[in-house]
Amino acid sequence: MGVELFPRPHNLKSFTTSRSALNRTRILLRKIAWALFTILFVIVLNFFIFRVLPGDPARAGIRDPRLKAEAIEMLRVRFGLDKPVINCFESLNPVKLGSCNVNPLDTQFFIYVRNLLQGELGISYHTNRPVAEVLGERLWNTILLIGAGQILSIFIGVVFGVFAAWKARTSIDRAAVISSLVAWSLPTFWLGIILLFWGSKFGLPLAGKATPGASTYPLLQQWGDIARHMFLPTLTYTIIFMAEYTLIMRSSLMDVLSEDYILTAKAKGLSTFQILKDHALKNAMLPLVTVIAINLGFTVGGAVQIESVFSWPGLGLAIFEAVARRDFPILQGAFLLLAISVIFANLLADLTYTYLDPRVQTE
Amino acid sequence: MTSALLQVTDLQTRFHTPEGIVHAVNGISFHINEGETVAIVGESGCGKSVSMMSLLKLIPTPPGEISSGTAIYRGTDLLQKSEREMEDIRGKDIAMIFQDPMTSLNPVLTLGRQLTESMREHLGFTKEQAEERAVQMLEQVGIPDARRRINEYPHQFSGGMRQRVMIAMALSCAPSLLIADEPTTALDVTIQAQIVELVARIRESLHMAIIWITHDLGVVAGMADRVIVMYAGFIVEEADVNDLYDSPGHPYTLALLAALPRIDRRRDHHLKSIAGSPPNLLVAPHGCPFAPRCEFVIEKCRQENPPLIQIEKNHSSACWVDVKTGAPR
Repeated sequence: MGVELFPRPHNLKSFTTSRSALNRTRILLRKIAWALFTILFVIVLNFFIFRVLPGDPARAGIRDPRLKAEAIEMLRVRFGLDKPVINCFESLNPVKLGSCNVNPLDTQFFIYVRNLLQGELGISYHTNRPVAEVLGERLWNTILLIGAGQILSIFIGVVFGVFAAWKARTSIDRAAVISSLVAWSLPTFWLGIILLFWGSKFGLPLAGKATPGASTYPLLQQWGDIARHMFLPTLTYTIIFMAEYTLIMRSSLMDVLSEDYILTAKAKGLSTFQILKDHALKNAMLPLVTVIAINLGFTVGGAVQIESVFSWPGLGLAIFEAVARRDFPILQGAFLLLAISVIFANLLADLTYTYLDPRVQTE
Repeated sequence: MTSALLQVTDLQTRFHTPEGIVHAVNGISFHINEGETVAIVGESGCGKSVSMMSLLKLIPTPPGEISSGTAIYRGTDLLQKSEREMEDIRGKDIAMIFQDPMTSLNPVLTLGRQLTESMREHLGFTKEQAEERAVQMLEQVGIPDARRRINEYPHQFSGGMRQRVMIAMALSCAPSLLIADEPTTALDVTIQAQIVELVARIRESLHMAIIWITHDLGVVAGMADRVIVMYAGFIVEEADVNDLYDSPGHPYTLALLAALPRIDRRRDHHLKSIAGSPPNLLVAPHGCPFAPRCEFVIEKCRQENPPLIQIEKNHSSACWVDVKTGAPR
């Protein structure tokens, strides 16, 4: 037994263990609190950002120059645009001072907040449908497309990245790096259009999520139809993101493989495969988790280009259309959804970190 | 030397870098007997670690290349073995511990996981058997409460404790040779002493040979049977530990000892440093590598590199000059 210069009482250690568990809960609670605070900030910002934009939303809905002034006024009343934006401001663009004596509860801002608290996202200026309903439909389409694309690109990217790092500085590695760099630098819309041309030769559907009238098909055939429509946009998405994951995985794994503990593992007599599997991958996944989380967060709105090129009825396309039509309630709703999913994905990344890296728990 | 556990002959290791070929190890020969402790001493970059890592084929190739030599371990040449055969030897017959315990353990795996790996791999232990032995090993290296701490992660241990874990890990398969690559360099002095004491104690019980790489001559004096002094990829002197301290046979060893603080010296005694700096290993060796820094240098030193020759019983030196008299040999 080596000489213990300062023997520690045994109960001290168990005390520190329970304290670290407590620490972990406290860190978690603090992260959640920050996430909620950020969402609150987004809610406020989201309201004002669209009211600073130029253009009269009441006119954007119906672009008919013959629209009568009374009709426009009726539209304004209908969407609550006749009310002052907030106390003392009639509207924000151009900044026009208004009466400060209005009932604060009767301003656009407070009606917006009150509606939000009731889960009410407003009515689309363009389609007159509730925003929540529109976004709800669109969200599932986006999740379907991006989910498939993400899963494929993560899987293929990790496999390629590991392989490239393992065969580092060989021709396989060089081929992987160069093709990834090329794929990563391709403009998304351009790749989409090229693949559209290419796919059309094989009779793949070019737009939308389903063939018109497909809802009358038997269920299995309906799914097949959706899968055919998904093929090209998913392929586009996968190529772009796979490249990013390959490059990150490769460089991260190469860093890890030069660590001292890899030499230790090698000196133990482990094979290259065992070292990769047991000692390197978990460490190398850490940076990838961050990138995946950020990408997942932007998933909701991030597919604007792909959805526009392939007319995929997802959130990205909804955002694109809403911008063109100045359909602020839709944009507000979409931005809120986007912000919440980014914040949530970051929270998820933090939690994954505590699972992957034991050092995070106590720090 | 038929009883040698490991006989290394003319080992040469080079690195092919964009700047040129680095001559890291230039044909060294030595042996180690069963149960013997040999210290390899020399300054940073003199080829101590590289030569030992070459023996286990842990040098990344490329850029490294073991360009010649044999390393006969128990009758077979390690340098001729395939990667697969080396995997069976590493950690089982020849184990290694490294300089920096802070970075040599995997931060995301529990100690139990890292300790049991090699036993399950080499000895065919089940998880339970390996864990049982890992707990015993940890207790043996002086880690209290080992059964519980085996589920903890490296960051929950201090540097000294981690080096104990590294030692437990290296010894878990009862190797016949332990290569310790400056295992105390990264630790503070009191912990260094504990680690040295620990290894010395375990050596007795396991009858294991040790190659202890260090630049600390103080550690060497307390623990080694024999000392090999390296300079610029060459062995310049080899002697029993007492002979080396009593009558160093090479100017470099002499200079190293003069640079060492000793408790039995007068307080006003000044430590000497060695003038100049080690040679650039990118340049192919020509003449004695120590000649530019040597007090005893003669013309021949610049022309021809002296071979390692026996000057006394169990004492060899690579020098053209007899440092006791200052006269050429």
